[in-house]
Formats: sequence, structure tokens, C-alpha cells
Amino acid sequence: MLNFTIRRLLLAIPTLLFISLVIFLLLEASPGDPLGDVPLTVPPEVRDRMRAALGLGEPWPIRYVLWLKQFFWVEPLYWFDQAFGTGFSDGMQRIISFQSRSPVFDVIAQRVPQTLTVVGMSYVVGILIAIPIGILSAYKQYSWFDQIGTFVSMIGFSMPTFFTGVVLIIIFGVNLQWFPSVYDTTLQVRDWDSFMAQVRQMVMPVTVLALYNAAQISRFMRSSMLDNLGQDYVRTARAKGLSERVVVLKHVLRNSLIPVVTVIALGLPAVFGGAIITEQVFKVNGLGQLLITAIHGNDIPMVLTLTFIFAILIVVFTLIADILYGVLDPRIRYD
Amino acid sequence: MTDPADKTTTLTAGNAATPAAASPPVAPSPNRSQWGDVWRQFRSHRGAMVALVLFVGIILFVSVGPLIWRMDPTFVDIRARNQGFSLAHPLGTDQLGRDMLARLMAGGQVSIAVGLTAMAIAIFIGSLIGVSAGYFRRLDGPLMRVTELFLALPLLPLLLLMVTLFREPLSQTFGAAFGIFLLIVSAIGATSWMQAARIVRGEVLGLKEREFILAARSIGTPSHRMILRHILPNVMSPIMVAATLGIATAIITESALSFLGLGFPPDFPTWGRLLYDAVDQMVLYPSRVIFPGVLISLTVLCVNYIGDGLRDAMDPRIRGR
Repeated sequence: MLNFTIRRLLLAIPTLLFISLVIFLLLEASPGDPLGDVPLTVPPEVRDRMRAALGLGEPWPIRYVLWLKQFFWVEPLYWFDQAFGTGFSDGMQRIISFQSRSPVFDVIAQRVPQTLTVVGMSYVVGILIAIPIGILSAYKQYSWFDQIGTFVSMIGFSMPTFFTGVVLIIIFGVNLQWFPSVYDTTLQVRDWDSFMAQVRQMVMPVTVLALYNAAQISRFMRSSMLDNLGQDYVRTARAKGLSERVVVLKHVLRNSLIPVVTVIALGLPAVFGGAIITEQVFKVNGLGQLLITAIHGNDIPMVLTLTFIFAILIVVFTLIADILYGVLDPRIRYD
Repeated sequence: MTDPADKTTTLTAGNAATPAAASPPVAPSPNRSQWGDVWRQFRSHRGAMVALVLFVGIILFVSVGPLIWRMDPTFVDIRARNQGFSLAHPLGTDQLGRDMLARLMAGGQVSIAVGLTAMAIAIFIGSLIGVSAGYFRRLDGPLMRVTELFLALPLLPLLLLMVTLFREPLSQTFGAAFGIFLLIVSAIGATSWMQAARIVRGEVLGLKEREFILAARSIGTPSHRMILRHILPNVMSPIMVAATLGIATAIITESALSFLGLGFPPDFPTWGRLLYDAVDQMVLYPSRVIFPGVLISLTVLCVNYIGDGLRDAMDPRIRGR
């Protein structure tokens, strides 16, 4: 298992390098000009100096390697310095955003909490809804509960989040006035009232994402439970005289959770991607919203870094899913 | 599965059935072909049948509808803007006085066309890579590496990037509408073929060990005929299921792009674009958000149900029970 993990980690490095190169070249091929907003009255030599100041003067291979160095060497050193008060990164240039002229990672660090509270919460809620529904649906296959459950999960799976979000805003934000339709990121939780305000503004985005995730996970849970319920060991467990509760919740559930856990791990990075739309609907200024504004503003370092972080998340969670699968299911052998 | 063995039985059964069906019309003995079986099984899936009917209805609505409701979806009548439901405009008008019903039909044409074309591209690339990886052992390693690489790409951000970066040059070369169509379709197609490739490769690897492949090889069948005649027809069912589900994802992705303001130009309606345009005024005119949204969801729901039904119908372990 350790062997497998090390091999996969080593394989992940060229993959990630290649992905970063693809993203970089894609941005390089773009016709957009980061100096497009600079007035035409600015003389050309000043314009050239501005371009050089943004680091755009060099040919692309040099800029690519420079970015790699900044991402993998300067930034970690900087964070190390911040944590331990050392001065390794003094005088080194961090990745700077074209738009805000501040280090990209500082901006990202500001946005991460919003994305994590909303997206993370919705994922947890989604899993908590999906697993009991999946268990019950499979245990009472073809019952009315199962029929309704599969139908609802099919609907949840088919409705795009931008539509459910807008419908929720119309019903609960506009007509009933229960929840605010715009997420207020300046809100700080200090006392009970501000905590309740935070909860109220989180309800709708979390519901939208949770419904979507729950729909997907419950389908996996149901089919995995169904696979296991027909196995011989279940009959043996029943024949031993174990109560139905123990058979289902202990024997079958544990085995059925194996593939579901990996699906959950695989879905985590995708949630960040899906959250782009939900964040846009509820005006949550998290990572997704940051990406969109960066794309619109031709902010190449920001887009590159953010997309690359998404790619790292995908590679890492795929690896975690594979390892988890091996750990949880001793029948799986990677060597 | 159509092994040669199966084929001969269906052939003889077909021959036997013809005279029987000709003489008395009361007992039409079933001409059992593979697709006939699939259809019979598919019909017993109630959800899929309802979905199929609805889906055909939606297709008729967007394709035949404009022939009956002859109103130009781009005709601006500023004096009739923001109207409610009326006889002149059954679903009202938008903020520029354009007829909503006509716009929904026109938007549906684009959305469904994007879904079908993007799916066709994705399935073509996916089956090409899947079959070559499964059939030619030497290509297997590199092609599967490429597939894994694509799976590790953050797709939605990349799609957004591609669409933003290349919309200008493409719309200049091919015209605004067609350029964007080409861009969106190829972007979605190029980023969604991986699942199909993996499924097809798995199926081909399994097929290659079967006797009829060995038999075909022993009489010297060349590779291209082998693939076209013997491999492809047998991996048709997983490809079809993947294709159906691919339509659903493509439609959703296109509407998501339009919703983020990165899809088609404003005067070119698609369901996602209509929804996006209506969001600004959703407080006053919620129906303009609801109609395109419901149509997107309904189409995707139908397609997903059809995919489910097809998967059940094509699974030989379930079929015939």
C-alpha cells in the first residue's frame, strides 16, 4: 500500500506539471490584453515599462518556469516565514494579481473561509441526508418510499443549481422574506444575533448544493446497498439469528459504505467547481466568484493559480479515494 | 450481444417467422432481434416511457412549434414590453417586448442542438480512444494516461477559460452565432469524452477474449474491419447509454455557461441565456425565470430517465426477466 501511494504520488508530479503547462499555454494563447484598460493617451514607452513591471516582457518559457518557482518555492517559503518568523523569502517576488496588485495567495486566503463554510457545510448536509435515504430506499426496494426517493433524487440530479437557487430566492427570499437572498460576507459572528444572521444567510446556498449532492450520493448509496443485500453473508447473518437492525446497519451498511466513501472523496473537488455557479447565484464571494472576476479581468496569475489549485485538489482527492478504497476493502490489492 | 452464433439464430428465427406472419394475422410470431428485445424491455420501464414521450414532446415543441407560432423571437416591440400572459403573447413578453413563447422555442432549438452535437463529439472521441486503447495493446498505456490527465483537469474553470478567451477570434471568423456555437460545442465535447472512453475500453478488453473475435481473426480479418464489424456493434449498448447521459450533461453545461454570461450572445436565445437575462428582474417577473428553468430541468430529467431505461434494457442480465 505504501509502495502504491509513493508510486502514485510520483506519477502525480508530471501530471500536475503537464496540467499547469496546459493552463499556462491556454492563457498564453488568449487574445486578451491585461493592459487593455489602460488609456490610449499613455505613451508607448510607459506602456512597455508597465508591461515589464507586470512580468510580461519575457518569453513564455521563462515566465512559466518563474511562475513554477513562485508557486512551489517562494510561496511555501513565505508561509514558513510567516509561521516561524524566519526570513528565507526576503526579497523574493510572490505571485502578484494583475487586478488587485496584491499577492494572489493573500486574496485566496481571504476567500477560502466563505467557500469552505458554505460548500463544506452543504456537502456534510448532503451526505447526512443521502445515506439514510439510500439505506431505506434499498432496504424497502420498490416501496412507495423508494419510488418517491428515486424520483426526487432524479429531479435533484437533473435540476441545475442555478435554477434551484433562483427558485429558492423567489420563494423564500422574495415572496416569504424568510432568508436574505444575498450572502453578506462582511458579517462577523460575535453574538447570538449575528450567529443567527449567519445561519439564515447560509440556509439557501447550503440547501441548493446539499440537494444536488444528496441526489447523487443517495443514488450511489442505494445501488451499493442493493448489491450487498443480495450477498450470501447477509443470509448467513440472518440465519445466525442476528436482528434485522444489526444485519442491515452493521453488516450491510459497513460494506456498502466502501464505494460510497470513495465517491464522496472523488466528489469533493467537483464541489468546488459546482460551487462556482451557486456562489454566483447567491453572490457569495468565495473562490468561484474570484475565478470568474479574474477571468473577466484578464488577471492571468490569478486564473492560473486558482485553476491549478483546483487541479491539485482533484489529483489529491483521486489519490485519497484510491487509497481509502484499498484501506477499507481488503479485497482490493494494488500491488 | 450479437455473436455470429446469435446472428444465425435470429436469422433462422426470422426466416421461420415470415411465412407464419403471412398466413394468419392473429398470431404474429415475434421477430426477435436484439433491438426488438431492447425495445420490449425498455417499454416495461414506466418512467423511461413517460420520459420518452415527454422528450419527443419537447423536441416537437421546439422544432414544429415555430412553424405554428410564427412570431420572430428577436422582434423588438418596445411598447409591448414586460407584458403578462395574453392572447397575443401567451407567455408574455420580456423587457424588450420580445415574445417569450417564440423565444423559448428558439432557445430550445439551440440548447438541444448544443446538447446533441456536443454529445456526438464527446462520444466520437470517447469511442475512438476507448476502442483503440482496448484493441491495440500498444496504445493502451499512453491513451489511458491521456484520459486520466483529462480527468484530472478542473473542467468547469477550464471551460470558462476557453469560452472567454476564444469567443472573440472565433466569432470574427465564423460569425457571432455560429462561432460561439462551434466554440461551446467543441469545448464541451473535448472535456466530456473521458467516461465514455473508459467504459468502451473496458468492454473492448472483455470482448477481445471472446471466441468469435478469435474466429474472425483466424480467417484473417484486418483490424479496421474487425473493429467496424465485430467490436463496434457489440459495444453499441454502453455507448448509447453514455450518449444519452451525455446529452443531459451537455445541456446543463451549456446553460451554466450561458448563466454565467459566457455563453451565446444576448440576441441569440438559449434556455440558459433566457434564464440569465430574466434573473435581474426575477422579483417582478418570476415566470420568465421559471419557464426556461423548468424546460431545462424537464429535458434533462427526461434524458436521464431514458438513459436509465436504456441501461436496464441493454443489460442482458435483466433483459428477458
